[in-house]
Amino acid sequence: MISANLSAIFYLISGVLFILALRGLSSPETSRQGNFFGILGMVIAITVTFLSVGNFSSGLVFVLIFLVIGGSIGAFIAYRIPMTAMPELVAGFHSLVGLAAVFVAIAAFLNPAAFNLGSPGNIKLGSLIEMSIGAAVGAITFSGSIIAFLKLQGIMSGSPITFKGQHPINAVILISIIVLIYLLCSTQSSNLFWILLAVSFLIGFLIIIPIGGADMPVVISMLNSYSGWAAAGIGFTLENTALIITGALVGSSGAILSYIMCKGMNRSFFNVILGGFGATEQSSGNKNKEQRPVKSGNADDAAFLMKNASSVIIVPGYGMAVAQAQHALREMVDTLKKNDIKVSYAIHPVAGRMPGHMNVLLAEANVPYDEVFELEEINNDFANADVAFVIGANDVTNPVAKTDPQSPIYGMPVLDVEKCKSVLFVKRSLSPGYAGIDNDLFYKENTLMLFADAKKMTEDITKNL
Amino acid sequence: MEIDPLVFRLSIFILSIFVGYYVVWSVTPSLHTPLMSVTNAISSVIIVGAIIAGLSGNSDSIFNTSSIFGFLAISLAAINIFGGFLVTQRMLAMYKKKKKDK
Repeated sequence: MISANLSAIFYLISGVLFILALRGLSSPETSRQGNFFGILGMVIAITVTFLSVGNFSSGLVFVLIFLVIGGSIGAFIAYRIPMTAMPELVAGFHSLVGLAAVFVAIAAFLNPAAFNLGSPGNIKLGSLIEMSIGAAVGAITFSGSIIAFLKLQGIMSGSPITFKGQHPINAVILISIIVLIYLLCSTQSSNLFWILLAVSFLIGFLIIIPIGGADMPVVISMLNSYSGWAAAGIGFTLENTALIITGALVGSSGAILSYIMCKGMNRSFFNVILGGFGATEQSSGNKNKEQRPVKSGNADDAAFLMKNASSVIIVPGYGMAVAQAQHALREMVDTLKKNDIKVSYAIHPVAGRMPGHMNVLLAEANVPYDEVFELEEINNDFANADVAFVIGANDVTNPVAKTDPQSPIYGMPVLDVEKCKSVLFVKRSLSPGYAGIDNDLFYKENTLMLFADAKKMTEDITKNL
Repeated sequence: MEIDPLVFRLSIFILSIFVGYYVVWSVTPSLHTPLMSVTNAISSVIIVGAIIAGLSGNSDSIFNTSSIFGFLAISLAAINIFGGFLVTQRMLAMYKKKKKDK
């Protein structure tokens, strides 16, 4: 058994290592070292916990058994998961953090003596407040992430689910959570604790169902943030520095990512959270849709255009992930490069279903990361490029965002694809994108639509090059 | 008068939020997905609470309601720790620079 002061110092060290883990991600070169620091921090925190409890006579075997069971499941998932499924995986992991926070809070509530928090029915007030906040946020994270997971997996429809009185109901539930926490802290009643958990599970479910599939980057980042705040709440209860530091880091990390994603869509955070985007526009958009002429082509035409180009910019989107077209794309680019054509990739901040989704898929297909550019870095290059190859992206290329103040996506930063000499647009049909609005790009003089599955089309182009 | 230790924890918390703010803004956007998976893994340090709960039973009753919740939380957090760090490592290994010879 080691002293409380010594273990506190070790927890501080592991907190610092976690900061270094995030710091490492500032560049791909240092990132692997950063991940190692993270693992080291975790090993220190777990080891110190065993040493500080020191009660190895009982339970130890079971702790280790459960650790091994969980660890092997986690390792198995980590090695088997395809890179296209990362958004689902991250949502799933968030739900586990949330549930773990709830379970730890329950354990602490039932047996406060083990955590030095007093006795059942007479828990220290401060600890009880922290514990109930941690438990409530954890429960919201859990049920919200489950819904996000189901939507991303396609088990549940990605379209927003809305009903009358949705916002007032949510507001009432949120207020009742605060009231319940207050009552719980003044009465110490265990019934109130269970009700609090149930209501928190419910609100997590209710706040995520009205949010549509393409807003998932914001939702995942937000749940990431929540999982951090839940951990911090439990950290205060357990008086554990490592948990408090980590919770704060993760909480602010998720909040920043949500902010970046909202900015990428030119929408306020509340607009996304209140949900329903794409549900109303969809119907009105279809009504006044007139038939406009579209130029469509085949793989042969596309190959011809690209062969005669000197620079090509590729714009990937969620459709590329769905079609698993990243490897075929990379083969096409290899052929282009052999013909001395300059190729770069342009990534919109909200392309895909989570922050950085496209970058991971391209990295998986062995695309060097110095050929991949963010919106601000590359947007001026479209004017000088010969061909833009849009594969699976839609709304993020829509020039309407710059020209039509009536459009729901007006003001959203978009890639200036239309400035290219010619645009190749791989898409299965003319159907509108997530925002439910027509893409003006389809009807431009210099756009050639390639109606096909992204993967198949890319392979065919490569054959024709 | 002595300062309540809670104030110290609150200080650590607030300062860590600021550290997080600056550190995360310096993360390159291309690594935002690994950022999410690694924050996932580190937030599972909540396992320390689960371990305390799991070890709380005495030799007569290793399993009480509290320790059972502890055991469950241990396995959930362990899935995240192993899954999170390993999948991050797998992703980061894929980020490569352009080869010079080409």
